[in-house]
Amino acid sequence: MPTITRRTYLALSALAPVAAGLLARESRSEDISSRDVIRNRYFPNLVLMTHEGRQVRFYDDLIKDKIVTINFMYTQCEDGRCPVTTANLVRVQKLLGSRVGRDIFMYSFTLAPEHDTPTVLKRYAKAYGVGPGWTFVTGSPRDMEVLRRKLGFVWANPVRDAKRSSHTGNLRYGNEPLQLWSACPAMAKPEWIAESISWVDWPKTTAAKPG
Amino acid sequence: MHLLKHQWSRLARTAWANRQEIIKAGLGRRDLFKMGLLTSAGYLVAKRGLSTRAAYADDDDNVCSSPPTRAFYDLLPTPRDGTMKIQTPTTLTPTPTAAQNTAAGEGRKITHQAFTQFAPQKFYAVTQRAGYVSVSPDLPLQTLWGFAIGTPTENKPIDVPGPVYVAHYGKPILVRNFNQLPAQDKNGGFGLPSVSTHLHNGHTPSESDGNPCDFFERGYFYDQHYPNVLAGINSTHPGTGDINEAMSTLWYHDHRVDFTSQNVYKGLAGFYLLFNDHDTSDENTGFHLPSFPAYDIPMMFADKCFDSSGKLFFDLFNLDGILGDKFTVNGKIQPVLHVSPRRYRFRWLDAGPSRFYQFFLTDLTNLSAHNLFWQISSDGNLLPKPIRVESVRLSVAERADVIIDFAPFAGKTLYLENRLKQDDGRGPTDHEIRSAGQGNLVLKIIVDGPTVADHSQDPATITKFYDLPSTAVTPRVKRTFVFSDSGGGWQINERFFACNDIRFTVQENSVEQWTLINDGGEWEHPIHIHFEEFQTLSINGRAPATSPLVQTGRKDVLRLEADASATLFFRFRDFTGKYPMHCHNTIHEDHAMMLRFDIAPIGDTRQSP
Repeated sequence: MPTITRRTYLALSALAPVAAGLLARESRSEDISSRDVIRNRYFPNLVLMTHEGRQVRFYDDLIKDKIVTINFMYTQCEDGRCPVTTANLVRVQKLLGSRVGRDIFMYSFTLAPEHDTPTVLKRYAKAYGVGPGWTFVTGSPRDMEVLRRKLGFVWANPVRDAKRSSHTGNLRYGNEPLQLWSACPAMAKPEWIAESISWVDWPKTTAAKPG
Repeated sequence: MHLLKHQWSRLARTAWANRQEIIKAGLGRRDLFKMGLLTSAGYLVAKRGLSTRAAYADDDDNVCSSPPTRAFYDLLPTPRDGTMKIQTPTTLTPTPTAAQNTAAGEGRKITHQAFTQFAPQKFYAVTQRAGYVSVSPDLPLQTLWGFAIGTPTENKPIDVPGPVYVAHYGKPILVRNFNQLPAQDKNGGFGLPSVSTHLHNGHTPSESDGNPCDFFERGYFYDQHYPNVLAGINSTHPGTGDINEAMSTLWYHDHRVDFTSQNVYKGLAGFYLLFNDHDTSDENTGFHLPSFPAYDIPMMFADKCFDSSGKLFFDLFNLDGILGDKFTVNGKIQPVLHVSPRRYRFRWLDAGPSRFYQFFLTDLTNLSAHNLFWQISSDGNLLPKPIRVESVRLSVAERADVIIDFAPFAGKTLYLENRLKQDDGRGPTDHEIRSAGQGNLVLKIIVDGPTVADHSQDPATITKFYDLPSTAVTPRVKRTFVFSDSGGGWQINERFFACNDIRFTVQENSVEQWTLINDGGEWEHPIHIHFEEFQTLSINGRAPATSPLVQTGRKDVLRLEADASATLFFRFRDFTGKYPMHCHNTIHEDHAMMLRFDIAPIGDTRQSP
């Protein structure tokens, strides 16, 4: 066999050969729960800051055990899309009523953390009449970028991806313990968004979990 | 951001250097394959430090990198040998009724509109539930969702793909469809146990069509009435329907609004074949097409991704569309098919979620050969006559029936090879066709079966299947639909989907002309219109081609390429109710690239609804 250097050898030996694939068939594939797979892949437990100046962990404090909605925005949105989106989601919040803050939590993550400090976000939330249970979140630019990528607010086209406002049109909704996740346009009719969220609600036979 | 960028480029550079070194070391394909480093398609397996895309995936997880699997180990499941089951009729208790049987647990909310006129003659039961399925000898058993023949109490194993329905024109059937999927918190990471099974693209009354909004929950059943009638039966061709509207290869799949991509990816799809006095399933009669099931084989193509533990993985948070790096045919990764040296009919279906294919027949020992075959249908509807082709392109949900004569290949091995390059879920990359042997080898075909009689007709001598229905009719209304994105949601005419939003109403038994426009250069959209087959009048101002790719015929999916526009001709006949038009890249579909239209006695004339 031809010779190869140590660096390539290491890369090669790190591979799972077919034999390992065979072993995997025997292994207990339930070792790691699908809920953990999702958490590991999409929900890094980053330290973030809310518009109320509270330090939170992304997974532990914002996502775990909750029904959530997630969108990205920034207060100085140059194409004017964020304000109408925020106003639309305020209507969604009203439709969801007292459940927001109890077992449904809404999150808006800033795409411009260098500008959108907790103070700026608080002012923004107040201006739109955002109620309790809807949190605006900022963090270090690096962490916010990691979060954006992890949550898939990403476009394959690098030009599009580099444009902040291209990430403001989508709303993810999901139920973390039930592992139910989908998305809808953030500008869809508020009634439709509320109905969509109902599809990931707790099973009808189960009482709503306390928040 | 800069840190990430730096890290990415460092990993990418290392990967590149490693690959250069392998090339310099003179490791051949065979060596790499033996070491498990080369996929059957000729790519280095995606691993950190070897593949640039895997290096990138380490940073943002957006690219699939499944564990290695052996290629061409499992046999292709087929109805011929019973490894793909054929659905069998049964007796249903309680007896199906036109009105929904809510008391017995039926989730249907609408009365059957044609139950008396086309009284079902055969009854079937099918149960959707979870089960263990093997997709490869090198991966753990998968917990998939599938269709099991029979009622829940019969407790039969699931089939993925689901059982094949063999139906006949003039013989209406009813399928009692039970939802026994696991509870919400037992979905294994994706999938919603709330379903609506669409028969794509039956001439089916709305309430049995499997509309995205007619979903029903676990614990319930839904009676779906399939009249199996030709379009025109209650209108232009009373009592018989228009034979030129005959369909052959249909499929069924879950269509639950917002969760279609997850539920279909998890296994909820199968074939539905429709025969008549011409396309008879017997090569000694009618059009003399190869007999089903001996020489007529449905093939469902679906690309999948598996996580590092070998479990099926669905990228929940991807908006462009998702691609797998493992190619399944009828549920097995890169299987093998043994054939006799004679003619076969293959029914090809791209089951998505987002990949486009262009299939060639490849002889790896003679890469310069152009191995021709016959395309006899587009979207499962027989063409006016067979067309000789070298390849067939399919976007999601498109079908093509082909006839391949293996007699000249006796003793040889061929591969069904996808040569269409696609790097992400948006669509094929610049329509680049890889050179022979460099694409994805999805199926190995070994021509080592016994020599057997072939009573099928040589497609070269077939002069006519059906005529195309006339399009020389003035449409009642011309409508235009612009497909675009709004930075995170897909839109049609700048509006989003909602179940109760009736965008326009087609007048029953009328002719319409629709122009579909892709308002962007980035994505390609396979646009599917339920209920009626269309004919393409023009694509980008030109008549649809028959060569090198077949664009003519009666279709129900229009491949709307980047910046393209297409004008389509429809006759909406016989039944009323709600139907959708949507992108069949199921990721786009679930993110609102859909609209609802209704068919009713009085229609509107909205031109940009």
